[in-house]
Amino acid sequence: MSQLTESAAGFQKPLLSQGSRSILLHVGIVILLFLLYFALPVYHSGNLARILVLAVFAMGYNVLFGYTGLLSLGHALFFASGMYGFGLAIQFIDVVPIVAIIIGLLSAVVVSVVVGILALRTTGVAFMIVTLMFAQAGYLTVLLFGEYTRGDEGFNIHRSDRVLFGFDLSQATNRYFCALILFAICFFLTAWLVHSRFGKTLVAIRENEERARMLGYDIQRHKLIAVIISGALSGAAGVAYALLFGYAGASFAAVQYSILPLLYVLLGGAGTTIGPLIGTVFMFYLIDLSSDLASAYLSSEFASAYMLIAGIVLILLTLFAPQGFAGLLRSKCKWLP
Amino acid sequence: MDFGPYLFVASLEGAITAAVLALTAVGLSIVFGIMRVVNVAHGEFYMLGAVLAWWITSMIAGHPALGFWVAIVAAPLLVGALAVLCDRFILNKVNYDPERTIVATIGLLYVIQQTTLMTFGPEARPVQAPFNERIALPWFEYGESGFQMIWPWGLSTTTYKLFVIVAAIIVLLVLWWVMTRTRIGLIMRATQLDQEMAQAHGIAVNKVYALVFGLGAALAALGAVLVVPIQQAYYLMGSDPLLLSFIVVIIGGLGSVLGTVVAAVLIGMSDGIISVFFTPTLAKILATLLVAFVLVFKPNGLFGKSRE
Repeated sequence: MSQLTESAAGFQKPLLSQGSRSILLHVGIVILLFLLYFALPVYHSGNLARILVLAVFAMGYNVLFGYTGLLSLGHALFFASGMYGFGLAIQFIDVVPIVAIIIGLLSAVVVSVVVGILALRTTGVAFMIVTLMFAQAGYLTVLLFGEYTRGDEGFNIHRSDRVLFGFDLSQATNRYFCALILFAICFFLTAWLVHSRFGKTLVAIRENEERARMLGYDIQRHKLIAVIISGALSGAAGVAYALLFGYAGASFAAVQYSILPLLYVLLGGAGTTIGPLIGTVFMFYLIDLSSDLASAYLSSEFASAYMLIAGIVLILLTLFAPQGFAGLLRSKCKWLP
Repeated sequence: MDFGPYLFVASLEGAITAAVLALTAVGLSIVFGIMRVVNVAHGEFYMLGAVLAWWITSMIAGHPALGFWVAIVAAPLLVGALAVLCDRFILNKVNYDPERTIVATIGLLYVIQQTTLMTFGPEARPVQAPFNERIALPWFEYGESGFQMIWPWGLSTTTYKLFVIVAAIIVLLVLWWVMTRTRIGLIMRATQLDQEMAQAHGIAVNKVYALVFGLGAALAALGAVLVVPIQQAYYLMGSDPLLLSFIVVIIGGLGSVLGTVVAAVLIGMSDGIISVFFTPTLAKILATLLVAFVLVFKPNGLFGKSRE
């Protein structure tokens, strides 16, 4: 309730000072990420490219979970649709990369339309289970067609198929900047989206669905569009992951990849534009460092148990910081988007 | 073997799946029915039951059956106790908020699963059954000389498999008796109907919740101890029972225990029969899609009553 009046008040106030500060913040982050490539050693900039792609996935998740208030447990399906749409197109119908990218994006959109129409008939816990089940069916389908997808083992995408507009994306520099461009586009897009009328309506639905309906908004249509945008961004991340890192495998369709974006968003702060990035960076390095430490001092089995860290963080977050980092920050400075 | 006896063997295997599934799913169902908590970590409590059974039987020297009988009592108790702790220190602290409990139990799932991986290891380990005699089964056929009883080769089961089915039925009957005929069952049902009214009448709702969560986990663990001499203890073994229990609970109607048992028999039998004739992956895809569509089009389950 208080958040609703807050955001409503924000909508009526002249947005100029708030808006310009917010634009400054977003542009600043992108410039910072641009400069970081030159400042960081190769190992970390390689990680950062991966983080940026996963952050796009998290931003897609955030549109649905953070802004619309729909908790999906099946976003791996959208990520994998993009990944396999791109990967299989390039592997078996022998198209140029740009066409395969479009096929990947389209398949993510189509899947999210279908899942959206069906899953949005349910609410709350049932919505979570339905999305979980659809994602599980998707994962099993990848395994079922193991002849083409090569199941858990996955397949590599050939270097010659990873050239876009003359840039070889298997090169570290090209890869980083391609990831950054995608990140920047999606980052500004979500920032613009949540400030638009449409974004405000999504927040209104999240805060009080009944009231939003009484005010005459078409709830189902807004939710469906949110699912499609969320699915498209997640699919874009899936396409980018296959394109930049040259690999598609069934593990990306498995349930961990539905849990991870939830974790990133919760950790960073749901319903904030910078939250997904913060959460992804933290979680990525937390897992990376802990598995490094574990493999250095303990057995290799400890290193493979990285989801243990994810589990502990999830429990601690629900117990102590349901708002995430950006949520804590926002309680200090109210203008954060 | 002819088709008839073949189907009979398949449905016997299905009956074992159904028996274990009924125990596991009823555990999930009472937790959801009384506490309105979707316990995603339920499959891990199941897995923990099997792993503890292996651990206990390997600790106890002497006759292998002795270890098993200790395990069948101790493993569910230990798992139940762990679940009570989880309820006290996690679920209770987030006030049983539906979305936060799901996130917390997902966390719990990974903590239990990965801790098992680190301590128990990635291997599958067998537990010896306390008794395991083969029984040949007869088959009736209409032949030239009227009905006759034959003993087809390969048509057989073991005493242990029959024991699993009988044990599951007994446990479910005891549970039904506790829920409908005892004071503690009355308290549970009162809490299910109206948590606030129950509290107002002096029922310690928090204690009931802890008990129910422990009981649900213990039922899953018991199912696992029963099945572990047939399958093997493995750190990832919790995911299939979790999925199947979800399917059963949803199709049976969320929170309806009788519906859950009926659905468990239905799903368990058909799972056993389908996986004899189709690939298991395809069977699983069909099952998951079935759940999704039941939830979409009949949110109260096939046997559930509307909650209004």
